[in-house]
Amino acid sequence: MNPLPGMLEALVATMLDVLPIAAVLVGFQLLVLRRRIPNLGRILVGFACVVIGLSLFLQGLQQALFPLGQLMAAQLTDPGFLAGTGTTVFDAVRWQDYYWVYIFAFCIGFATTIAEPALIAVAIKAEDVSAGAIGVTGLRMAVALGVAIGIALGSWRIVTGAPLEYFIMVGYVIVIIQTVFAPRIIIPLAYDSGGVTTSTVTVPLVAALGLGLASSVPGRSPLIDGFGLIAFASLFPIMSVLAYAQLGEWRNRRKRRLQEEH
Amino acid sequence: MIRQLRVIAEKLGSSVRDLAPIFLVIALFQLLVLQQPIPDLFDLLAGALLVVVGLTLFVIGLEMGLFPLGESMAHDFARKGSLFWLLIFGFALGFGTTVAEPALIAVSGEAGRVAAEAGMIAMDEASRAGYADGLRLSVALAVGFAIMLGVLRIVLGWPLHYLIVGGYVGVVLMTRVAPPEIIGIAYDAGGVTTSTITVPLVAALGVGLASSIKGRNPVVDGFGLIAFASLTPMIFVMGYGILLS
Repeated sequence: MNPLPGMLEALVATMLDVLPIAAVLVGFQLLVLRRRIPNLGRILVGFACVVIGLSLFLQGLQQALFPLGQLMAAQLTDPGFLAGTGTTVFDAVRWQDYYWVYIFAFCIGFATTIAEPALIAVAIKAEDVSAGAIGVTGLRMAVALGVAIGIALGSWRIVTGAPLEYFIMVGYVIVIIQTVFAPRIIIPLAYDSGGVTTSTVTVPLVAALGLGLASSVPGRSPLIDGFGLIAFASLFPIMSVLAYAQLGEWRNRRKRRLQEEH
Repeated sequence: MIRQLRVIAEKLGSSVRDLAPIFLVIALFQLLVLQQPIPDLFDLLAGALLVVVGLTLFVIGLEMGLFPLGESMAHDFARKGSLFWLLIFGFALGFGTTVAEPALIAVSGEAGRVAAEAGMIAMDEASRAGYADGLRLSVALAVGFAIMLGVLRIVLGWPLHYLIVGGYVGVVLMTRVAPPEIIGIAYDAGGVTTSTITVPLVAALGVGLASSIKGRNPVVDGFGLIAFASLTPMIFVMGYGILLS
């Protein structure tokens, strides 16, 4: 297979994606701010790096990972795989039989979040601004763990058919309670991490898993139940990042207490 | 030169580390759980190389281009001192980057099909496209509004959590009255809106603003713009669903 046409296509798609952003930036810079941007050449080179890098990244994913991952999602949710070869009887499958799906959902949620470029960007910024108090690795691990739990639970929800709203509402209540107790500094970042996680790498693979599950589980409609996994993947990182900060604070407090005792 | 090469090598290394889990998961499941061979090994390796190089370039460009640009614009706006233009800029950035977002176009097209099959709208091409466009527009308006509100919050120093909790209450109330077919799509719409190029720019804008306004803390006040952008689309899309029914 010749990858060149695909690469060009990805480059054009990314440029089209960037065009409105560039138009807004240039328009305001020229018409409203009317100031010279310092290091303009360097910034343009950086912009080009971002566009080319993102195109290569997307092309590579499309060529290597997405087809395999999507095929995998379809195979894992296939009743033939779940109940042993040759079975096509749907009634024999209980929610426990989908355990490989939950494990896959957990692993793929974690792995795609670690690879998500937007999250890397926010984590770098957060470490910069907080002078190292919030670490790149810790933040990304916490977010990835949240996405992993969210997607695993979301797949379980599709299998059992529990209503999406209840999960979301209970999730909100937990987030609100955590907000009251969590350290102030982490709250905005925690809220942001919900939106950041679901992006170029995670969405295509997770959507394939959701659609595959919803179309293979009896009584589920892919059109109604297939949606909602992404909502889980944006809700759970908020909880896990808040919990990560709470845990850090608790450990610091304990350490301080131990030191005082000695 | 040597130092630059070392920096690039370091970034390549961290890209490999970032991407290792995803390759590992796919390979392990393919070989051990599904017990099938990897179909086109050469394609896979070539793709992996592209992904690693692409991510490295992206991260380099981020620190060279997107972050400084977002911050220098934030400083310029702060120096200009016109809240009106800053809010217009926030709206334009949110609306402009979302309305053409490929992921959103795909999801709204899909949603048009769902709505037609559920009998919410007529079963013909025109009403399906109209529904998809309406959905896209409501999400783009929502993101524009979100960035505008988020910028206003940074300038005035409102605490983020009151607004977010208020937004949650809004989502819960809207869920009670919105037609059930739109709820799943509305919840997902919050996640798909923020693209990989918008996020770093918006983060740099927020942090830049917070650090150039006296009395604001860049960590506490600078972040939170993306949180608004994933919350308001849910409310706006459910509102669109209520408007239609």
